[in-house]
Amino acid sequence: MTATAGRDDTFPKLLARNAQIRPDRPAFRHKDLGIWQSWTWREVHEVVGAYGLGLSVLGVEAGTKIAVIGNNRPRLYWTMAAAQWLGAVPIPVYADSVADEMAYVLDHAEVTHAVVQDQEQVDKLLAVADRIPSLHLVLYDEERGLRDYDHARLKSIDAVIADGRERLARDPAAAGRLAAWRDRGRGEDLSIILYTSGTTGRPKGVMLSFDNVVKAAEIGSGFDRLDERDEIIAYLPIAWVGDHIFSYAQAILVGLCVNCPEGPDTIAADRREIGTTYAFAPPRVFENMLTLTMVRMEDASALKRRLFKWFLAHAHRVGERILNGDSVGPGDRLVYRLGNLLVYAPLRNQYGLSRVKVGYTAGEAIGPEIFRFYRSIGVNLKQLYGQTEASVYVTMQPDGEIRADTVGRPAPQVEIRIDDNGEVLYRSPGTFLGYYKDEQKTAETKTPDGFVRSGDAGFFDTEGHLKIIDRAKDVGRMQSGDLFPPKYVENKLKFYPNIKEAVAFGDGRDMVTCFINIDLVAVGSWAERNNVTYASYQELAAHPRVYAMVAEHVDAVNRSLAGEPRMGGAQIRRFLILHKELDADDGELTRTQKVRRGFIAERYGPLITALYDGSDTADIRTEVTFEDGRKGVIAATLRVQDMPAHPVTAPADLARAA
Amino acid sequence: MRAPDGPLIVKGDVILAAENVSLGFGGVKALTDVSFDIQKGEIRAIIGPNGAGKTSMLNCINGFYHPTEGSITFKGQRRPRMRPSEAARGGIARTFQNVALFKGMTTLDNLMAGRSLKMSRGFVWQALRFGPAMREEVEHRKAVEEIIDFLEIQAIRRTPVGKLPYGLQKRVELGRALAMEPEVLLLDEPMAGMNLEEKEDMCRFILDVNQQFGTTIALIEHDMGVVMDLSDRVVVLEYGRKIADGTPAEVKRDERVIAAYLGQAHA
Repeated sequence: MTATAGRDDTFPKLLARNAQIRPDRPAFRHKDLGIWQSWTWREVHEVVGAYGLGLSVLGVEAGTKIAVIGNNRPRLYWTMAAAQWLGAVPIPVYADSVADEMAYVLDHAEVTHAVVQDQEQVDKLLAVADRIPSLHLVLYDEERGLRDYDHARLKSIDAVIADGRERLARDPAAAGRLAAWRDRGRGEDLSIILYTSGTTGRPKGVMLSFDNVVKAAEIGSGFDRLDERDEIIAYLPIAWVGDHIFSYAQAILVGLCVNCPEGPDTIAADRREIGTTYAFAPPRVFENMLTLTMVRMEDASALKRRLFKWFLAHAHRVGERILNGDSVGPGDRLVYRLGNLLVYAPLRNQYGLSRVKVGYTAGEAIGPEIFRFYRSIGVNLKQLYGQTEASVYVTMQPDGEIRADTVGRPAPQVEIRIDDNGEVLYRSPGTFLGYYKDEQKTAETKTPDGFVRSGDAGFFDTEGHLKIIDRAKDVGRMQSGDLFPPKYVENKLKFYPNIKEAVAFGDGRDMVTCFINIDLVAVGSWAERNNVTYASYQELAAHPRVYAMVAEHVDAVNRSLAGEPRMGGAQIRRFLILHKELDADDGELTRTQKVRRGFIAERYGPLITALYDGSDTADIRTEVTFEDGRKGVIAATLRVQDMPAHPVTAPADLARAA
Repeated sequence: MRAPDGPLIVKGDVILAAENVSLGFGGVKALTDVSFDIQKGEIRAIIGPNGAGKTSMLNCINGFYHPTEGSITFKGQRRPRMRPSEAARGGIARTFQNVALFKGMTTLDNLMAGRSLKMSRGFVWQALRFGPAMREEVEHRKAVEEIIDFLEIQAIRRTPVGKLPYGLQKRVELGRALAMEPEVLLLDEPMAGMNLEEKEDMCRFILDVNQQFGTTIALIEHDMGVVMDLSDRVVVLEYGRKIADGTPAEVKRDERVIAAYLGQAHA
């Protein structure tokens, strides 16, 4: 690939190359009317060219901004290519964003043309048209419901393509002009602007050049050795950088086939029909598939259930080791083969992962159990860590070095540096040009030497794998200068089933302390087995043997923190077990069960004081809301437990790696 | 889906008319002297309190009941004793108040069943699935797939309809009626038992069917908001008699309609 990259440095040029070297390989498929319609690379090159010519007649030229809104449809991907052909800049927008947000992005990007999927998106745009003064033409893919609309500013994509074809047929010079436009593009040109959804504040437009995107695609496809025989199913939002790299850039670069599902509800069935070889899904997709399997298995016959359980247990023991290529005894291998025949292969087939070479999950942390499940049944699932500003790839997991709790090594050609505050900085060929029309934000994010601040805090473990611990702005500092990542410490505690919730304190303090909530179900069943009697949650929580058990967990967490670079100072020195469960009804948790740290610190002020003033007990009176809405007061005296610190065993900090 | 063939009727012409229709079951009079017409291409609502005779009226239109007096005129032809299958062949399709699908069959098969009147090859040919019968099947499958696409039910193509939630079953039933490529579509409470979102979807489908295929639609509906938004003209029945007929705005102002729906004020 690298040999041709010098010349074919834009996607329209790569399309032309594909049309030449693999004219009859399938490029795109789209399931429509129950049948997979497909287009070869030659056809795609022809359509995109004609489309480009049609667009040029409608006023699209170099520098024009074109919004692309809708689900994964071949025509929308072709819109991006056709725009790039003319030197225009496609701006994919999340199809499910509300009209208000859409208006902001389109206005900020000063789009003049919008290409949308259907009536729903047309309606949305028409509703906010007065806030996007630059917009003067909307193209649509599906005509349905739009027949009676005013077509003064509305056109179908098909009509534009047909117009382009007609001009090509009529005017012999048109083809030459078209080729000249295509070859005018340069790698350093702006290729696309991707607006990041941004959890806070307005979306920011990340500008990526062709070089950024093409190089990132080279990194990704080289890493997993993708080629033209690979199949991918495109179902994640086209405005998301992952989809742009996986379903557009890598597909065009190596000539693999992009399959567009019928609709958002048919993905599972469509994936099964296609049998993708390269898959990507956020953790929740894998979670849902697993849950559905478990629920269905409950309804299966007793024999099937037992087979399933037995072989899954076997896979749990040896499956991952076999996948990693570790040594496994011949007996275990044989049983695994049998299990593959009876259970694992049918499962993989059900998930549409039979042919998958490598599957990725990213976006948020995946549960280790879920991650292991898929790997144990032979799906090569990996994690990666990426950002829009990096054209995705920052770290990746090489084969044989897959772990559930790290995001892998720096991807090829990516340099990573850990800042003093624990923030991860990276520099790579995919590093973005800047934020569109926001010099200040760009300067804040990009260092003078070209590194990008990721906003995430992390560290490299002893084997050189990056571990992301928290958002950098949430990572505090203790008086000693040590880092204090609250969520990281809490998650380690919550890993124990007995601990339901934990709230750690330490920012600006001399040591880390912690509130702990026991899990009534887990601790209750432990109490039953161990002849511990109790009358209420409060009594169980205060039981000396429960304290002793939790102290063991805290000690184990401390030991593990002591063994990790820069985490040793965050060992928990004092903790107490809360007398009531943290509850959303009392405002202590959000409705999505996230801890509201500030509120808790205020409400339990006396307890925090006790944690830090050395006292052995703390008194607390709290108002609680019962489920029927009545309020009451719970008073309690809680014991504070001291914990010894482990000596820091972590080796010298691996702040830099390349 | 193609526009249905048949005698050319310009939009606005009367396609179906009920003239002085009365219907009695023994001593019970379900309908008394009801007359109204349905124009080509319009959405016509039939409303009224419970037991007003709305479903009986639909049943008369598609030949399920035969009026004891009066007659139904369809496309200029008087049909005194039309059988349901004749009505279907003539281009009248309907859905039912309580879904009447083949529960054990998939969505696709239910829709294909809707095409059965359009299939010309006999039973034996179809059982053989060979040659011309196969070609015919492919053609019908294509028409059915367009309906599946239209109603956005791709995800349930292979699901037995008995397993589907009620709202989706209603949609499949509409699909089966559409599979006949009807000229007149009779919908008996298409939105009954649906939540707001399902209702909005159904409204959009009804409007799209009307606009895109030019299908004439007569519907019975209880949700007044829906009726007023969707329909071009409304006929109001009470105790088997017509008490009002006109545009939604006219009907809404009508004293007798207000009385029928809100009850009479007894001063």
